[in-house]
Amino acid sequence: MSTDTAVTTKTSTRSLLSARGLHVTFPGRRGAPPARAVDGVDLDIGAGEIVALVGESGCGKTTLARSLLGLVRPTSGTVSFDGRPLAYSSGALKAYRKRAQLVLQDPSGSLNPRHTVYDAVAEGLRIHGYAGDERAAVAGALARAGLRPPERFFLRYPHELSGGQRQRVVIAGALVLEPELIVADEPVASLDASVRGEILALLLRLRDELGLSALVVTHDLGLAWNIADRVAVMYLGRVVETGPVESVLTAPQHPYTRALLSVLPESEGAPVVLTGEPPDPSRIPSGCRFHARCQILASGEAAAVADLCRGENLPVLDGGGSRAVACHWVTGGTTS
Amino acid sequence: MSARSLLEIKDLRVTYGSGAAAVPAVRGVDLTLEAGSKLGVAGESGCGKSTLALALLRLLPASARIEGEVLLDGEDVLSMSWGRLRAVRWAGASIVFQGAMHSLNAVHRIGDQIAEPLLVHGRSTPAAARRRVGELLEHVGLPAARAAAYPHELSGGQRQRVMIAMALACDPRLIVADEPTTALDVMIQAQILRLIERLVAEESISLLMISHDLAVLADTCDRLAVMYAGRVVEEGPARAVYEAAAHPYGRALSSAFPRIGDLASRRAPRGLPGDPPDPADLPGGCAFHPRCAVAVDACTELDQELREAGAGHRAACVHVGSRTPGSTS
Repeated sequence: MSTDTAVTTKTSTRSLLSARGLHVTFPGRRGAPPARAVDGVDLDIGAGEIVALVGESGCGKTTLARSLLGLVRPTSGTVSFDGRPLAYSSGALKAYRKRAQLVLQDPSGSLNPRHTVYDAVAEGLRIHGYAGDERAAVAGALARAGLRPPERFFLRYPHELSGGQRQRVVIAGALVLEPELIVADEPVASLDASVRGEILALLLRLRDELGLSALVVTHDLGLAWNIADRVAVMYLGRVVETGPVESVLTAPQHPYTRALLSVLPESEGAPVVLTGEPPDPSRIPSGCRFHARCQILASGEAAAVADLCRGENLPVLDGGGSRAVACHWVTGGTTS
Repeated sequence: MSARSLLEIKDLRVTYGSGAAAVPAVRGVDLTLEAGSKLGVAGESGCGKSTLALALLRLLPASARIEGEVLLDGEDVLSMSWGRLRAVRWAGASIVFQGAMHSLNAVHRIGDQIAEPLLVHGRSTPAAARRRVGELLEHVGLPAARAAAYPHELSGGQRQRVMIAMALACDPRLIVADEPTTALDVMIQAQILRLIERLVAEESISLLMISHDLAVLADTCDRLAVMYAGRVVEEGPARAVYEAAAHPYGRALSSAFPRIGDLASRRAPRGLPGDPPDPADLPGGCAFHPRCAVAVDACTELDQELREAGAGHRAACVHVGSRTPGSTS
């Protein structure tokens, strides 16, 4: 019942970014079949909402994030921002990137070592021909990212900063154009444990103070628990479970989500350690794409729906706020 | 008391460079590891934990000055001859490094790399080494046929398994694992941790595991030591340190990774202000005081020794045990 109330509160927010039936396919190398990195995803991000996109490396979460920003053109499906589908002309994309910004992982790699902090943050303003007071805009962005007093950082170079400060500079570079949405790919993965909380607190504060929406791409479920409103768990190109953070993470339904949560160090109960590596997006299994690694199917618990698991595809989950899971065993084989 | 500890680190100090440019990386560390037990060392970048690991086997660059004692089975690694050291490396103790991509040689087949310590130490003929490589690979969960693969043909998790097979090659008594699961996905991390736990239990190997993730260490190890700015600031039974840390830094580390379901951390990420200190420019007094929420005036001037904080549990904080700062010996 707690899920139901969460559903009604979430669906009332206006959807800022919306993906429908999104597919991104990369051609296969050396005669291999094409890789279906994103294989049918619906996803909405509401205004002022923080959504965590969670999955293991190779599940397609970074490709999905890039296609939401127009950095990768989807093979099929649409991405709409503020109600309008993205146009892929260079002028339209440039205008879009003013409103939706990418924050890269690994701040040491995404900052030019020869540019001062000032230049790094001002770059976006210059690209977009900002007519206002550049100095004031840079100072404002640095201050919002928690680098105070901002003037003290203007002439510093990346190597003179700590990892946390570098990540703040990268965030300031995204904030300077006053976007409505940021997409952050593993924003704290390369940071020290004690600094991690401060950067996550910054993302929360930006949402509260500026109404900034965020999609946070991560493999870290603790991060989702720390800051996200909603979580989408991705496996092999598809969202397999989604809903409000509290219900998905404390009462996971999909066997894959259950397994991910069970191996966290502090989780109770026996860990379900899936064997093998996440399979290859150029050879997605038929039926449920998780069936070959599914612990429930392997244990015989899902015997009643086993034929469906092996042979029947699951529908694409709705991208809105509601709780949904793509699993024949959970839904009792009634999804198709 | 009667049984000798497998590993005893006594007042270990490591300094990089010299004179005015000297950087103290490890500033007097005492640790003990009993045979067959597992010790976790937690800390952040620059705290000296990797330097500590390298010092144990004298793998530091020549510019590093090492003082103190590292007793492996009672024998001081720091003063032993090169010939003896070569025998101790691999057979006495071996290291699993972080980032297996960079630690494996990209142009050699992994089977040859695993066989190398066996052949170098003259323990095997080439044919016997090949057989042993096959056994080792299967032991770490890889097919023996993978011996012919090059590192780039393996996934990150498989490469880490190769590193572990290599560390096991000469049947060491101690394995030092430096961030063995960093940069791996959660599921692969779980696989590697289970593998390490199984091997350590089956072969009664001792484990010294280094990580920034206190939760992972608490789950794997018997005892934990928390390092900050080159010193151990807290040490004790793993559960006690993780769940009831006595040092404010230990508390911060244990709450950095939230427990899912814990409502106190929901929408409330917890971190520490400031950054880990620069070893070249350490704050005076207790090195943690600039980031400490409970620092008192004395902390800016006086560093604290480890003191009793419970059964087998010690912490270096003025708020632990005795209330009067400066009364420690």
